Amino acid sequence: MSKIIKYVFYDIIKNKIVLAYTLFLLLLSIGLFNLGGSPDKAILSLLNLVLLTVPLISIVFATTHFYNSYEFMELLVAQPINRKKIFMSEYLGVACSLSGAFILGVGVPILVFGASLTGLYLLLTGVFITFIFVALAFLASVITRDKAKGIGIALMLWFYFALIYDGIILFILYAFADYPLEKATLVMTALNPVDLGRIIVLLNLDVSALMGYTGALYKSILGSLWGIGLAFGLMLLWILIPILSSRRIFSRRDL
Amino acid sequence: MKDLNKYTTILCTMVLLLIADKAFASTLKVCSTCNYTSVKEAVKAAKSGETVLIENGVYQEYGIEIDKPLTILGRNRPVIDGNYKGQIFTVKASNVTIEGLTIKNIATSYRQDDAAIRVVEQSNVRILNNIILNTFFGIYLQNSDNCVVKGNVVKGQDVTGKNESGLGNAIHLWYCDNAVISNNKVQGHRDGIYLEFVKDSEVKNNLSEKNLRYGLHFMFSDRNVYTHNIFRRNGAGVAVMYTRDIRMEYNTFDNNWGAAAYGLLLKDISNSMIRNNTFRRNTTGIYMESSSRLDIQHNEFEQNGWAIRLLSSCTDDVFRYNNFVGNSFDVSTNGNSTLNLFENNYWDKYSGYDLDKDQVGDVPYRPVSLYSMLVERVPSSVMFMRSFMVDMLDNIEKVLPSFIPEDLVDEKPLMKKTNYDNDRKLAQVIR
Repeated sequence: MSKIIKYVFYDIIKNKIVLAYTLFLLLLSIGLFNLGGSPDKAILSLLNLVLLTVPLISIVFATTHFYNSYEFMELLVAQPINRKKIFMSEYLGVACSLSGAFILGVGVPILVFGASLTGLYLLLTGVFITFIFVALAFLASVITRDKAKGIGIALMLWFYFALIYDGIILFILYAFADYPLEKATLVMTALNPVDLGRIIVLLNLDVSALMGYTGALYKSILGSLWGIGLAFGLMLLWILIPILSSRRIFSRRDL
Repeated sequence: MKDLNKYTTILCTMVLLLIADKAFASTLKVCSTCNYTSVKEAVKAAKSGETVLIENGVYQEYGIEIDKPLTILGRNRPVIDGNYKGQIFTVKASNVTIEGLTIKNIATSYRQDDAAIRVVEQSNVRILNNIILNTFFGIYLQNSDNCVVKGNVVKGQDVTGKNESGLGNAIHLWYCDNAVISNNKVQGHRDGIYLEFVKDSEVKNNLSEKNLRYGLHFMFSDRNVYTHNIFRRNGAGVAVMYTRDIRMEYNTFDNNWGAAAYGLLLKDISNSMIRNNTFRRNTTGIYMESSSRLDIQHNEFEQNGWAIRLLSSCTDDVFRYNNFVGNSFDVSTNGNSTLNLFENNYWDKYSGYDLDKDQVGDVPYRPVSLYSMLVERVPSSVMFMRSFMVDMLDNIEKVLPSFIPEDLVDEKPLMKKTNYDNDRKLAQVIR
């Protein structure tokens, strides 16, 4: 298995796109840290980047990669290797290389310019989000054989999680404003990994605003180490569910 | 002739100094080996205008009643320990001075408000440089005019998890006019400084922190001046209510966090001036309700959740030359009609331009965002802060305002932060 992971990993690194991705992140983060007055402000801007760009690139790249390495996978399937192993090594190869790029591109500037707990959370969130969206990309690609359709589904998933979901929830909150919605909001945010990541970082940044009203509840639940652990646990679940279900589909499907 | 004058003056001074000891009444010393071994005895024996000098030591006493004008003076910080038995000093005479003592240990009572020093219906009482530890109420002035409370340290207990009714106020004034409260450090009580029906008074250079409820709390206290105070980490910040003609300047409101915490809560305040204050890291910088004709200028709002929450019951308030930096929300309001003026403030979120280089932005700035209106209506939506969707909605609303109040706008936002100390030129213009 590690051999295949290594192969996939090196194959992707040889690919110019990941290199460009790393450089893009690196330049952007260094620029943001030098531009903004305080490291907090830069981390805030980076948060927006992590929550929008990272999912998009992860999901698109992973989907195209999956379809492009179809022939390689078919070749491997012909060998006496467990299908699940092939699939998981593909996944880990892609996810690791992308999160490696992220850690290099964002982690190093954070370490240099604004090392803090918030920075660490941001980094962790980014890595988790990469893993989650690669998993979602693989799910989208095993659902259909058609490359165009697969990329379409992947993009829709990104669109849903990064944009539409918040809109829908805001609409629901607004429509049911007369009811106590604190707990419901908490549950609804847990249903979107992007929101989860955002809140983890936010609880460390905009603390004063969040201390009011609902914020206090969130702070009491998610503010403690236990709560942060819970949030990351939920994100782990967000990795496991799509990847395990897509592995199931992959191992049963007629390739 | 000139020389003679000089000598006469010196001679007179010498003579005066020599007889001063006799002219001023004698001093009664209190110490373990003196004539008086307890403060109570000495106070009883002293005649009007005399001084009771308490030497270093620990005195287990309570219920000391001062019924004539005396000076109670502590040398080398004597300690008066009430042993939780009752009130320690009760001042029932005017012109009393209590200075340099350490007073401690008064039990919490739900029946009476026991204080370390209570002044009852007198005037010209001076309470100076005392340290008051672990008491129910610290200094309690009732119906007493022209009093001075200066340089005292009033330290209570750790208030986390305590109940409001189980705590007293550090400095409590009720129906007192012309009071001066300065250079005190108060902490660990219900309210740090509590004023009710206190007129024409001055509160300055105090530090009030870690109190359960308010750092400063006043009601029905007109024409007071509050300057150079620091209010920090209080449960609910500072609350001022039902008052007019006050002046608040150079105060710092710091780190007042919590679901119902405000840097400064204004309720029914009118004709007042709030200038040169700093509001930093509060959940809400200023919360204003039914307040009118306030002049809010030159304040610094930094990293607050809400810099200003302006309810629509406020009218004719003027916000000028304030700096808004790093606040999650600059201004939020609950209604559509606002009758207040924002002008020449610096907003760090302002993205306009200044073509004619007059330091004033050419496009008006709307400090109320759509999202802040939404949060006002649906508090739970605060969790979607910094979400891309929210930023998008805000930007759309900025281009085509339809929900946010039409007239809550800064027509002349400043391009640069006002630096009050260095911007001489601007300061002159403002003056």
